[in-house]
Amino acid sequence: MQSQATYNYKVVRQFAVMTVIWGIVGMLVGVIIAAQLVWPELSVMEYLSYGRLRPLHTNAVIFAFGGCALFATSFYVVQRTCHTSLFAPGLASFIFWAWQLVIVLAALSLPLGFTSGKEYAELEWPIDLLITVIWVAYAIVFFGTIGIRKTPHIYVANWFYGAFIIAVALLHIFNSAAIPVFESGILTPKSYSAYAGVQDAMIQWWYGHNAVGFFLTAAFLGMMYYFVPKQAGRPVYSYRLSVVHFWALIFTYMWAGPHHLHYTALPDWTQSVGMIFSLILLAPSWGGMINGIMTLSGAWHKLRDDPVLKFLITSLSFYGMSTFEGPMMSIKTVNALSHYTDWTVGHVHSGALGWVGMVSIGSMYYLIPRLFGRPEMYSTRLINIHFWLATLGTVLYIAALWISGVMQGLMWRATNADGTLTYAFVESVKASYPFWTIRVVGGVLFLTGMILMAYNMFKTIASGKAVDDAPVLAPAHAH
Amino acid sequence: MNFNNTGDLVGFWNLYVIIIVAVSIIGCAVFLWMQGSAKHKPGEVTGHVWDETLEEYSNPLPSWWRWMFYITVVFALAYLALYPGLGSNTGSFGWTMRGQYDAEMAAAEAQYGPKFNQFLKQDVMTVAANQEARDMGGRLFQTYCSQCHGGDAGGAPSFPNLKDGDWLWGGTPEQIKETITGGRMGIMTPKGTKPDMDAEQVRDVVHYVRSLSGLTADSARVQRGAELFPQACAACHQVDGKGLQAAGYPNLTDKVWLHGSAESKQIEIVTNGMQNQMPAFGEFLGEAKVHLLTAYVWGLGGGVKPEAAAPAEPAAAEATPATAEAASAEQK
Repeated sequence: MQSQATYNYKVVRQFAVMTVIWGIVGMLVGVIIAAQLVWPELSVMEYLSYGRLRPLHTNAVIFAFGGCALFATSFYVVQRTCHTSLFAPGLASFIFWAWQLVIVLAALSLPLGFTSGKEYAELEWPIDLLITVIWVAYAIVFFGTIGIRKTPHIYVANWFYGAFIIAVALLHIFNSAAIPVFESGILTPKSYSAYAGVQDAMIQWWYGHNAVGFFLTAAFLGMMYYFVPKQAGRPVYSYRLSVVHFWALIFTYMWAGPHHLHYTALPDWTQSVGMIFSLILLAPSWGGMINGIMTLSGAWHKLRDDPVLKFLITSLSFYGMSTFEGPMMSIKTVNALSHYTDWTVGHVHSGALGWVGMVSIGSMYYLIPRLFGRPEMYSTRLINIHFWLATLGTVLYIAALWISGVMQGLMWRATNADGTLTYAFVESVKASYPFWTIRVVGGVLFLTGMILMAYNMFKTIASGKAVDDAPVLAPAHAH
Repeated sequence: MNFNNTGDLVGFWNLYVIIIVAVSIIGCAVFLWMQGSAKHKPGEVTGHVWDETLEEYSNPLPSWWRWMFYITVVFALAYLALYPGLGSNTGSFGWTMRGQYDAEMAAAEAQYGPKFNQFLKQDVMTVAANQEARDMGGRLFQTYCSQCHGGDAGGAPSFPNLKDGDWLWGGTPEQIKETITGGRMGIMTPKGTKPDMDAEQVRDVVHYVRSLSGLTADSARVQRGAELFPQACAACHQVDGKGLQAAGYPNLTDKVWLHGSAESKQIEIVTNGMQNQMPAFGEFLGEAKVHLLTAYVWGLGGGVKPEAAAPAEPAAAEATPATAEAASAEQK
């Protein structure tokens, strides 16, 4: 008898477990730097100073936590919805180990002070090259699996994952293009950007905003399009809406970068184009929220006792809120107040904690029991507690930074009757301390939730057994 | 090709930007319109199934969402008609970022300029006695000076205290104004004027310097250092160690140690030299604000009256005319 084909769960499992672990690491570093702002004496030694830990935090949460969550879910989703095992499983295994190596190299090189100085792309050129190789392998495995699919149509989640893989390849290669200083050697790398001046700034924020657009939005929408209808047990609200918002989203996001450079050396016309496309981006972004939340219509009662669904739907609410806030902040007059303040940081975290964090957590709670042959997680109660910790932490974080951000913006522009500034800069720093303290509390709550998740995960793993024999399902016949 | 803030794109690139921006925005609306008119069967699934349970309803686009999308497209087109965005087209409002800045600065100058300029007619000491002027100067100080000199002007390591009557570059109204306007650059060369000093000799000369102001010092080193001092240090700090204010050479015999009085710090400075800088504020702030700041700083308690400083100058100039000249050349 011929052995039946099985889904490749191994690489999914590896990435899923590392999602939780890197989540804790990245968020812990976030809590540490938040505390350093309140208590600067915590900034000990150059290796653990704010300036070096901050890029470690962003890289760890985006590329280690977020990256592992995306690898895990995309490899799971593409197999299940294409009704085939993963293409090139050896390459998938390489991706896992090489990606962990990238993370470890980042965790070493950033505190040691090696940086290209490009925000969210700080890693130096040898690591950038490794990422490029991994990404090519990722594209081969993902699109290869799509290529050998057994279904006539490609499920919507895969459109988003696919767009994310292609766009991130472009972004990474163009923004990280640099001239290495070979004299400094591969172990102490140093490089200079291939671009200069305002062009460099524009490429950087073309990259920076699309890292948000494709890594943190499109890809996680792919996640949403699988796990929300699965967990809710309902069809996706509108196929048409998914078509329109997909194409509109990936098209308009590419234009929005210049809103990071309002009132700078960037030409006026470029700033305007960035702003208007950011506003046009509102509807395409909300398309995903509508499709996700409306998928639940007729099954709202499930929210009462399903904490996994609570995570997923709450993530969509934060997604909708931050994708409304973003276009508003891109308007030049609003930006004149919000730019360079905590408001920006709060906005990012309503997306990062509320959207990316929660949709990943919800998806992992769906995945982990299935990967370890359990009907559900070890403790549903702990998931519930995690949900409230995460929600409360996110709300405290963003509310505190809204207040401090708007306060900073207003203090910086306040003038006396003689036109002199009402406040010295340091006064705005002093006034921010209470809110920075609340931010630390919010971060600690969110981190505590992740630690509960790790406990819950290891208990589930301990009582389960790695599933490596899930048979590839035959596709249902289209009507 | 010359990109700048007035948006003067020319030729091909101008056309390229105009076309690609306009087509992209209008294209969004056309795409939306085409998709909006597709046929739907609300409440029914499309018939595709993935992974056992994944299906999609054939619901149309929510109309409020469609209208929101259209409104943003209309807003974008209207914005491009009014503001720069379509290549070199400035928009019918003629707005530019630079223009807005210039207009706001001109309005502020018209409104606030007279308030500052009124004090220019008075000399610094008179201004310093005026409470309103002191308040204005204090606010300027908080904005432009407190980052280095502290909110109370008490200074910090390497940033001078402005209240104590000890001046590196002089405390008369003219000298303070010169410092604020043109900035100051203090340079000490490594090992002074005796670059062949070894580590032991550096330590000896440091101990001699410490003895000048009564800091703890090893007497054997003080003796050896005293012999090195004339050759290594006196060209700037003078034979008596009292420095030369006209050139910004610090007095080593008083109790003020700008960079700290620890022996290790002093050895570091003598070994490696030191550069310390105050930036120039003249062009940035303009004469009237510099005048107010001068009065504020002069009035903090350490200000020197012009006549009191007068006798010191000829004596210092006489002592080392060559160094003074070199110093003023260095300043330029």
